[in-house]
Amino acid sequence: MKDSPFLHLKTYIFLLFIVLFAPLGNVLLSRGMKGIGSAARWEPRELLHILVRILTSGYIWLGIAFLLVFFIAYMLVLTWADYSYVQPASAFSFAVVAIFGFWLLGEKVNLLRWTGIAVICLGVFVVGHTHPRTTEKS
Amino acid sequence: MRELVFLFLVIGAGTGGELCVSHAMKTLGEVHDFRPAALARFAWRAARVARMWVGVSLMTLAFFSLLALLSMENVSFVVPVTALSYVGAPVGAALFLGEKINSQRWLGVLVVCLGVTLVWLSRR
Repeated sequence: MKDSPFLHLKTYIFLLFIVLFAPLGNVLLSRGMKGIGSAARWEPRELLHILVRILTSGYIWLGIAFLLVFFIAYMLVLTWADYSYVQPASAFSFAVVAIFGFWLLGEKVNLLRWTGIAVICLGVFVVGHTHPRTTEKS
Repeated sequence: MRELVFLFLVIGAGTGGELCVSHAMKTLGEVHDFRPAALARFAWRAARVARMWVGVSLMTLAFFSLLALLSMENVSFVVPVTALSYVGAPVGAALFLGEKINSQRWLGVLVVCLGVTLVWLSRR
């Protein structure tokens, strides 16, 4: 099984896209939906108004775009890397979410959560040092 | 009982869906050309693989099952759900995708599992 010389590099690049764009997309969608609020009464006119606000929200479109990038990167990396390699590595997004929350939003992250994040990083490091592909190329 | 059903759906459908998507991607072959036109052609080919849609449907089912589980606010069920999903992945990958999971990868997965459990417990 002969691998491309850039197999590890492109795998790490796409994993980086996955762990960055998924949490960012979720945060933007959440920000967009919080700005719109919820329906007080489930009447058609009110629901239509909410739908219009969703469709005209920059945060929501940006969130959708980021999640689309995440999903495309996820699909692409699975064309060459093992699912059992990609899935645990993507758990690094837990750390990204916490770091973004702490650094950009001033959220408090308790010691247990930081410990969990450190343990996740250790696990991702261990998985990351196995070969990304253990099956024959199709 | 209801929680167990949703637990099974989240782990089973979630892992099953991702395995289907992964298998669909492997049948398409490794992507080497990342230019927009090539990616568009790849997306079109992927959309025509039935297993891709089976996978997306299962992942959607798992997502809504997780929302239902979270609405019950029973943390003792939510914690194992997220952690066990990371164990289900290598088991499913070995059984259905023919991936070779060595002891180092198993160790890494179990460590990630522990970390995810701690992160979820920190929400209490």
